[in-house]
This record gives sequence, C-alpha cells and structure tokens, in this order.
Amino acid sequence: MMQSPDLPDIEQRIALLCERHGCEPRRLLQILIDVQEIYTFIPPQALTAIARHLPLPRVSVEGVAGFYSFLSLEPAGQYRILFSDNVTDRMLGNEELMRQFCNKLWLEPGKVSEDELVSADFTSCTGMCDQGPAALINGWPVTRLNRERIDLIADLILAKSPVASWPPTLFEVNDNIRRTDRLLDESFEPGSAIKAAVTRGAEAIFTELKLSRLRGRGGAGYKTAEKWITCRNSPAPARYIVCNADEGEPGTFKDRVLLNRLADTVFEGMTVGARLLSSAKGFLYLRGEYRYLLEKLEEILARRREAGLLGSNILGEPGFDFDIEIHLGAGAYICGEESGMIESLEGRRGKPRNRPPYPAQHGYLDQPTVVNNVETFACAAMIAVHGGKWFGETGTWESSGSKILSISGDCHWPGIYEYPFGVSVQKILEDCGAQEPYAVQVGGPSGILVSWQEFERSISFEDLPTAGAFTIFQRGRDILEAVRNYAHFFAHESCGFCTPCRVGTQLQKKIVDKIANGHGTASDLEELKHLGHLMRTLSHCGLGHAAPNPVLDMLQKFPGAYEQKLTSLSFEPAFDLDAALATARRITGRDDPSAHLP
Amino acid sequence: MADEKRKIRIATCSLAGCFGCHTSMLDIDERLFDLLEMVEFDRTPFTDIKHCGPCDIGIVEGGVSNAENAHVLKEFRENCKVLVAIGSCAITGNVPALRNNIDLWDCFQEVYLYDPGTEGKQIPNDPELPLPFDKVYPIYEVVKVDYFLHGCPPPANAIWKFLTDLIQGRQPETGHELLRYD
Repeated sequence: MMQSPDLPDIEQRIALLCERHGCEPRRLLQILIDVQEIYTFIPPQALTAIARHLPLPRVSVEGVAGFYSFLSLEPAGQYRILFSDNVTDRMLGNEELMRQFCNKLWLEPGKVSEDELVSADFTSCTGMCDQGPAALINGWPVTRLNRERIDLIADLILAKSPVASWPPTLFEVNDNIRRTDRLLDESFEPGSAIKAAVTRGAEAIFTELKLSRLRGRGGAGYKTAEKWITCRNSPAPARYIVCNADEGEPGTFKDRVLLNRLADTVFEGMTVGARLLSSAKGFLYLRGEYRYLLEKLEEILARRREAGLLGSNILGEPGFDFDIEIHLGAGAYICGEESGMIESLEGRRGKPRNRPPYPAQHGYLDQPTVVNNVETFACAAMIAVHGGKWFGETGTWESSGSKILSISGDCHWPGIYEYPFGVSVQKILEDCGAQEPYAVQVGGPSGILVSWQEFERSISFEDLPTAGAFTIFQRGRDILEAVRNYAHFFAHESCGFCTPCRVGTQLQKKIVDKIANGHGTASDLEELKHLGHLMRTLSHCGLGHAAPNPVLDMLQKFPGAYEQKLTSLSFEPAFDLDAALATARRITGRDDPSAHLP
Repeated sequence: MADEKRKIRIATCSLAGCFGCHTSMLDIDERLFDLLEMVEFDRTPFTDIKHCGPCDIGIVEGGVSNAENAHVLKEFRENCKVLVAIGSCAITGNVPALRNNIDLWDCFQEVYLYDPGTEGKQIPNDPELPLPFDKVYPIYEVVKVDYFLHGCPPPANAIWKFLTDLIQGRQPETGHELLRYD
C-alpha cells in the first residue's frame, strides 16, 4: 500500500462537493467520479468524508468505489492511460503499443511509475473499434494509435503537458457513417415528436407503437409497446424513463454515434415516453468511456429546456413536466444490464437484481421504470412523427424497421451501417469490403460466433439478434485467440455476486488459456461444455448466461481452432511441472534427479 | 468366503493440507465399523502403507506444493479408478496457497538468510527434501479429478453420505443440507 499523500483541504472540498450533489446517497457514484477528477484517485480521507456527509457506512462507500474499474483507490498517476483491449484492438497491435509505451516511460503495466507521474493498463473495449487501437487518457479517448502517436503521447507526458493542451487530432473521434436507412436517412425536427404526442394523445401513440412492432434495440428484443404499457399500468406515485447508453458490449459503438449525431431524437423519444407514462424524470446512463460527450449532451439538454421541450409545461402543455439527468458510469459492463443499471443509478454497486419483478413494475427507487436502448428511443421518436405503419414497412414481420450495426475487424470500411432487418451476413460483408471473411462475431462476445458456412443467415430477432456489434475475422485469424480475449473479458466483468458466474468465468478463462498454451486435452473440452451448461442454467443474470457463448460456439463450429493445440485425449497438467520447480532449483542450487519432474 | 463380494479398495493421502479432512473422516465415529465391512484400505495415514497399489477409490486431501506431492498425486491417479478431491486445499489450494502471492526467492531468503533466529544462514539443499513449486496448485491442475467434495473440512456426515453413495454405485449426492456453512 502506498502512503496516502497529505491533502490539507480535502475535508472542505469534499463537504462542498457533497453539498453540490445535495448530499444524496444515490449520487454517490457521481460524487466519486468528481473526487477522482480532482485528485486523479480516491484518497481514503475522501471515503471517510463522503461517508459522513451522505451519510452512509464507510464500507458501503468503499464498496461502491471498489466496484467500478475507472475509480482508483490508490494513486494511479497524474496521467493514467488505459489501452482498450477489445479483440479488434488486439488485431491492430495494441499489445505492441503498450510495450512501446511502457519501455519509453520505464513503466510496468498495471503499476504506477515511481515518481507517481503515469500508469498504464488495459481496459475493456472503449467503443472505438472502427478507429482503433484506442485508449483513454485520464478518461479522454485517443484513437488510431500507432508508433508515432505513442511516442508523441509519451513525450507530452514527460514534458508534463496538461492533457487539455494536447493536439486535438489525438482525440479526434469520427462517426464513420457508411450506410443509412430509415432512421439515419430521415431528418428530424426537434419538438416534432412531442408535438405529435401532445396533439394526437397518448392512446394514439401507443397504437402507433404497437403497429410499428418495435422491439428493443439492446439485443433482447422485448416488445417496446408491451414494456411501456406494463409500466403505465403499474400504479405508482412516480414513473421513470432510463436511456441505456452504457454501450459496453465489446465491438458495439453505434450509441456513441447516435448520441453524437441524433441526441435530439433520442431525448425526444424519452420525452414522448414520459408523456405516455406520465413520468417526470428521466436518466441518460452514459458509460464512462463516453464521458467526452457529456458537455455536448448537457448543452443539447439546456437548449431543449430553453425551447420548451424539457422542463415544466413542455410545449405549453400544463402539467407536462419532464427533465433528463445524465448519470455517468465508470467502467462496469454489468451496468448495461437493466437492473444493474438501476442499482448504479441509485448510487450502489451495479449488482443485478432478482427478476421478476421487472423494472417496468419495480425499477428506479422501486417505481415502475422503462429502461430502453438509445436506438430504441430514437425509433420511438420517429414512430411518433411518421407513424407505426411507416416504421413497419421495412424489415421482417418479427423484426420491423432497421438496425444500426457497428462494423469492425477485418474489412476495408469499418463504421456504422444501417440496414433493414433481415439483411444477410454475406451482404454486409460485401458492402464493408471484407476480404476472405472466415467468421463474424454478431452481437459481441455475448452474441453468436458465425462461421463462413453460415453467412446466409440474417440479422434479425428470429435468426441473429444483435445489439449492433459485428466483428469480422478473416481467414488466417486465430479464432482461439479471439475466444480467449472474450473469456478474459467475462472473467473481468463478472460482478462477483453469484458463484456460477464468478467462479465459472474464471475457470472458463483458465481452461481456454490452458488450451491456448498448448496444455489442453480432450477432457478439457468436455469440462468447458459442462461448465458452460452450469453457467447458462445457474447464473443470476444475463452476463453469466451469455459468458459461455463464444467458447461453446467455437467448440461446435471451429474445431480447427483448437484441435491441433490439444496434447492428448486423456489429461495433461495445466502447466509445466518441471518448469514450476525451476525457481526452487535456482535457490537451492540443486540439479539432482529428484529436483526434476518428468 | 470364495463367493463373497470383493471389498472396495480405498486409498487416501494428505498433500499440502492439515489432515483436518482425515480427522473429519474419522469423525464418522462408529460408522467406521460399517465402512470397514464394505471397504479395505490401501495407502492411508491410518494404515501406514507407503505406496498406493491398484484401488477403486482414491481420496486426496491438500493441494500440490512440492515435487513429492506431485509424485504421490500421480501415483494415486495411475492406481485409482475414481479420484476424489476432498476439502478446500485440494480443490482450490486454500490456506497453503496464501504463499502464492509471495515470491519463492524472497520467501526463502527471509526465512533462511535474513531472519535473526536462523543459524548457519544457509538455504537447505539436501536431495532428501522435496523441492517446492513456485506456487501451490489445486490438484485438478495436475491430474484429472472425478469428484470434488467441498468444505474445510467437509463435515463427517457429508463424507459418509458421499462415500456410501460411491461405494454402492450411486452418483454421489451431498446436497445443500449436508454442505452448508451459513
């Protein structure tokens, strides 16, 4: 443990900070994020002071601070660089760049430099897969990293130049919209959807929503109208609207583009929802990786308040009060799970709740709450304006409308592609210039690994459901390495609450590592299947249910990826036993026969 | 006697463990007599047989901490039709694995060279002594394990139920009631 530095005025600063957040325990995560912005980490004195002001037991404050991976309880350096570690970043050479960076600054990955100036580590996908390798520097995204950029960054750090004055080109994030359809084609006039909701009435909009057959765009595909009606029919003093912008599924980045381009449409969808459900309060849960969008989004909210599209008496309608608060995440994939998100909004660890009851009945502060994906709200706004029939004209019967895909990996033109539902994988691969495609991970690690023999399958809820990730692997790519990356991802992101997932993801990671390291056997494959079955059936939430997906898909569809790595049919140790004695041989200077193992 | 059913042969051992699981085995008390009706013991700390011969069931307590542990474990695996990991040390490494966060080199220096209480200041290097691994490993990382019986130690009733199920050819079922610690 490092000595915590002397921070003479910390008491007053924390007191002011807590006051600014109304000393509300549900604002705890936001308070902690602010503390980290001030001190670059969360000093122990801050935990004690926050606990006193909210008031909460200190252990709860520390428990929350310890849960989110962007929050650091120990000094992490004046400059903290987190290399995005999605499989696409790997394919673009992020490990080599990390080595280069660490060599240049005399760093060890995961440790802060001795002068406490800088630290470097890996983090889960930062949502820049179409312009990677990417990293976060003190929370700000840098894209298209290469040797020159790494040298430049290292020099800037050595010169102790403040991040705010670094060349803006480093932080350039492109939208890369390559194909548009229904949603992105249509221009949207702020206020038009709310106007439609007010003039036509809630019932008419519900009818349009039903007619549109809109299903949730987060991947699970629950019927939006049904969810909203359940929420409306649950008697309660208050209802809440939550927009899920915790786009954590590796390989997904379309919500980043939607919020950058179509924030008005998204907010408008939420406001239409508020009108239909008589909700007065909404949240946008923005993942920590997209913190850089916060100021822009706040500006848009402010503009909408001025235009009478948020606040009290929206569009002059007496009693139509609704406002949106942006809540920042801090690096926890599990908060994308709707009940984990609600826990996080209430200021706690993002541990999923038991479902049922579903949030539509018991959600935020135990009140009926609609949680929908960014894209779903944008669709809802468009449906309010153009009608359900217009929306349902494209796509398939089960999957109406269009889907925005985040395409990355081995292709010429990675980026955002909007297609009507029902489009085939083959067509997408042709459009984005994929050469010799071999496999596609549809829907990220928790989705489906599609092999070249299945490219006729279609993007739709009835065939290949997806929240948008579409990661392409060309012939020659090591599928086992990709699956290993995903297994590590799940082990890192498991919230640790239930044993099947906490232990299962670790065991799965170990066995996949064992195979990749050349110690695997046929019995390990059986163990992976058995483990996968346990995790799917016994885990508490979707993370554990989905964690075995890439592994089981590989076992079934890509025998070539692991078969040649297996050593025997029976069993092999997970490690080289003789090598594990090497340290003791060196210490004792022994080399006799009993100092070795066959 | 000729047509009497052959008794099930069982071997047990303790690797990097505390013999607590063996003590818990003895806690089945008077049922030990019933057990001896059904089984005979090969290598165990109870019989003092030094090497394991062909057996039906092998029960291993403790993790793998040194070369000797690895030899014994491999001998058990080669000779036992069914291998059972009993207790937390065999299953996870448990308390002995707390040393896994300490570098072996640092540890030896501290104990044998720097500690003021040591005499001679020499790291023991007698070939009689088993060499320690860099870490303590759960046994499933070294050999294939057929069953895991959890607990630190597993209670006597759980061991009894587990063994009688196995001996009588049933899938061992210990269930929540026998293995809960809250």
